[in-house]
Amino acid sequence: MSQNSGNLEPIDAAGAHDVQVDRAVLRLVFGWALVGVPLGYGVITTLSRVAQLFN
Amino acid sequence: MKWLERSRSIAAPGFNRWLIPPAALAVHLCIGQAYATSVYKSSLIGHFEVSQTAIGIIFSIAIVMLGLSAAIMGTWVERSGPRKSMFVAASFWGAGFLVGAAGIFTEQLWLLYLGYGVIGGIGLGIGYISPVSTLMKWFPDRPGMATGMAIMGFGGGALIASPLSTALLKRFDGFDPLSDGSDWIASGSSVGKLFITLGVLYFAVMMYGVLNIRVPAPGWKPRGWDSTKVKSSAMVTTGQVSAANAIKTKSFWLVWTALFLNVTAGIGILEQASPMIQDFFRGADGNSAVNAAVAAGFVGLLSIGNMAGRFIWSSTSDVIGRKRIYMLYLGGGAVFYVVLALFGGSSMLLFVMMAVVIISFYGGSFATAPAYLKDLFGTFQVGAIHGRLLTAWSAAGIAGPLIVNGLLDAQGKPGTMVAHNYLPVLLTMVVLLVIGFLATTQIRAVDTKFHEPEADLADSTSKGA
Repeated sequence: MSQNSGNLEPIDAAGAHDVQVDRAVLRLVFGWALVGVPLGYGVITTLSRVAQLFN
Repeated sequence: MKWLERSRSIAAPGFNRWLIPPAALAVHLCIGQAYATSVYKSSLIGHFEVSQTAIGIIFSIAIVMLGLSAAIMGTWVERSGPRKSMFVAASFWGAGFLVGAAGIFTEQLWLLYLGYGVIGGIGLGIGYISPVSTLMKWFPDRPGMATGMAIMGFGGGALIASPLSTALLKRFDGFDPLSDGSDWIASGSSVGKLFITLGVLYFAVMMYGVLNIRVPAPGWKPRGWDSTKVKSSAMVTTGQVSAANAIKTKSFWLVWTALFLNVTAGIGILEQASPMIQDFFRGADGNSAVNAAVAAGFVGLLSIGNMAGRFIWSSTSDVIGRKRIYMLYLGGGAVFYVVLALFGGSSMLLFVMMAVVIISFYGGSFATAPAYLKDLFGTFQVGAIHGRLLTAWSAAGIAGPLIVNGLLDAQGKPGTMVAHNYLPVLLTMVVLLVIGFLATTQIRAVDTKFHEPEADLADSTSKGA
């Protein structure tokens, strides 16, 4: 697939756009996972100790 | 290192603003470790063969340095932008652990003071304020929620650091990290190894924030948001006030007083949480219905309340206004303290509920403060003004424990007190909160004579974006 091929250009541009969107989503997922997973682990670990309070 | 410059971190068109909160949280979750120092406190006392105070002072130095560095470096942080300041914070925070580790391995306590307390404390202060004004610029439609998210990380950092540090210490001591080990105290060398591990780990995670933080381009605003259609309020300024002028206003010092008193009162519970719940439920035979493990669960619950309050109450302030939410923190806090003091001993559920709500107000006051400052002084130098406000935290970090320990020492010996011994402390906190409430009612919009001239603002925007 030649990038200079006029009739294919719109498809290539759309594909590049999809890749860009995917990257943006991946960055978003990675960023929130980086902070969310440890925080979730901390909250669950703490809550398991809290449960003893009412046993 | 030009890539750290503010001009290099301006977001490209179409940048997703929801990438900014994780970058900010990456910093705040790491520096929030400061609340988890109790994990290795006993180990350090044994390693250095010193008193509790000698080790406890490390935390105090760090908090004092937090306030001082935020106040002194606030203007630099505002000028340099979030990327450079977050990098400096990561370097100081990581280096603080490494120098502290050197102090532990060579058994030189002063090096631990210098490392974790002074160097790490500077990292704390710069890291705490670095992403705050950037977040408010990205979320002008919800500044309270935005800062609540980041500052929630500071409250949540201990929730991660505490179990992580315990597991690592057990591993370094040759135990199964998942074992109970309730009567085990980590060796000094394991704490040294923990410091090295945390220093490297926190630096790496904070670098994620450094690499991903962006400032909005001049004139950027959220899609569909029109600042002219925002409901106007007398308490939300349309002008911009410099940090130098902000501290000349009465409103700044009233917010400072409200924060100082609310934090002092919150520390009253945080400082004493574990022994307090045991004393409140001590029977006539001198034995408490609450053992140490259960008390640790209560401390954990307070940490969750502290973290959740930062997000929930700060987000609520976007809807009901900053002044009203501060009146709730202080007025509502005073009422809950009275209930806790008079009826807390009658029901475990009531005691826990009151304490968690009070601590959520404590956390909320921290998280709402930047948005309150933005309302009063604009976004021009809000990071620098926030830095100066944090001296209230340093002052409360000294005043709170002094008041609580002083009053409790006069009541009896630890492990022998009961609920009524806490009345003087808790009622003192009520008085502080009532004074804070009255101070909050006096906060007014800042006089226009303190506003920056439009020409100066245009000049600084074109220079620094």
